[in-house]
Amino acid sequence: MLKSAIDWVVYDLVKMQKGRLLSEAVNFFLYDTIKIFLLLIIIIFVVSLIRTFFSPEKTRAILSHKQKYSGNILAALLGIVTPFCSCSAVPLFLGFIEAGVPLGTTFSFLVASPMINEVALVMLWGLFGYKIALIYIGSGLIIAIISGIVIGKLKVENLVEKINSKNPSCCAQGVTQTVKDRVLFARGYTKDILKAVWLYVIIGIGLGAWIHGYVPADFLAKYAGKDNWLAVPFATIVGIPLYSNAAGVIPLVSALTEKGVAMGTALAFMMAVTGLSLPEFLILRRVMKLKLLIIFVSVVGIGIIITGYLFNLILR
Amino acid sequence: MKIEVLGTGCPKCKQLAANVEIAVKELKISTEIVKVSDIDKIVEYGVMMTPALVVDGKVVSLGKVLTKDEFKKLIAK
Repeated sequence: MLKSAIDWVVYDLVKMQKGRLLSEAVNFFLYDTIKIFLLLIIIIFVVSLIRTFFSPEKTRAILSHKQKYSGNILAALLGIVTPFCSCSAVPLFLGFIEAGVPLGTTFSFLVASPMINEVALVMLWGLFGYKIALIYIGSGLIIAIISGIVIGKLKVENLVEKINSKNPSCCAQGVTQTVKDRVLFARGYTKDILKAVWLYVIIGIGLGAWIHGYVPADFLAKYAGKDNWLAVPFATIVGIPLYSNAAGVIPLVSALTEKGVAMGTALAFMMAVTGLSLPEFLILRRVMKLKLLIIFVSVVGIGIIITGYLFNLILR
Repeated sequence: MKIEVLGTGCPKCKQLAANVEIAVKELKISTEIVKVSDIDKIVEYGVMMTPALVVDGKVVSLGKVLTKDEFKKLIAK
């Protein structure tokens, strides 16, 4: 329905010629932008509404009673719905550890929470389709679970920096909320996110539309196609410093996959953008010895690279 | 009354501190506003989501930028 409305505007109302490069690019841009913004508004609102029922306190309470493997699985799943922002990563990490959540379980949470976020999901669903979005969620969960188990097995608890608090994590409780509070929170949150990402989304889709229309198909196949084994690790490393721009990066990647970038390589890149973030490492350095931080990044990085290779073999 | 704004220095924490300051001025109450950015102190309060607000040693808000009106309502209780 949206597609035919856009077609009408571009070809009939503004009378751009069908089949021309420019009109195709304009059509592509309008359609994607409107679709993505509609999806962003609906999905972020629903996700943030669900999130008002989960809090780090509740998640921690659940996880501190869990066994090894089920704890990792649950931590990764709860990572999706528990509100998380990288500026709270440190108090959250310490709060979990102090409450007796095992280190490996805490890491499963710490990997899943930023990687599987609502903005990335909307962009993936809107631009790649639900199959790729589901693959992304599934492999993100598996990477989070396995990374946590591996780090748990390494017995590196001694690499957590000591803190000096006397009576840690005693009594902070979430404030009780009415339905109205929850809706107001979700609305405010949706507004905040949109405010933060709208420009990146437009620029990303704009560049994507340009690539879609002007860059020849298979232009990148030689460099980033399936046969280039270096492409996956390269894409992963390049993705690390791009955290804040996940909203702008995904439309670009979407356009690039049309020009020959293999799907697994694209997935690895997007996972690195969302799951491995340089600013978060700098914050976490305050509570982790450098060695632990390096272990964390390497384990997750290797997981992402393996996923990239795997989907390069399976998809298309 | 003692008000503490807990946060590690992210923009949201500064926004909360600013809102609280305005509200306190408008209410004309005598309070001490302290910004707490020390991570040990934040963990001591058991807070896992910043910005958080502590009034007289009690955590009243977590992970939320309260507007000045929301804050007024909160301390009126």
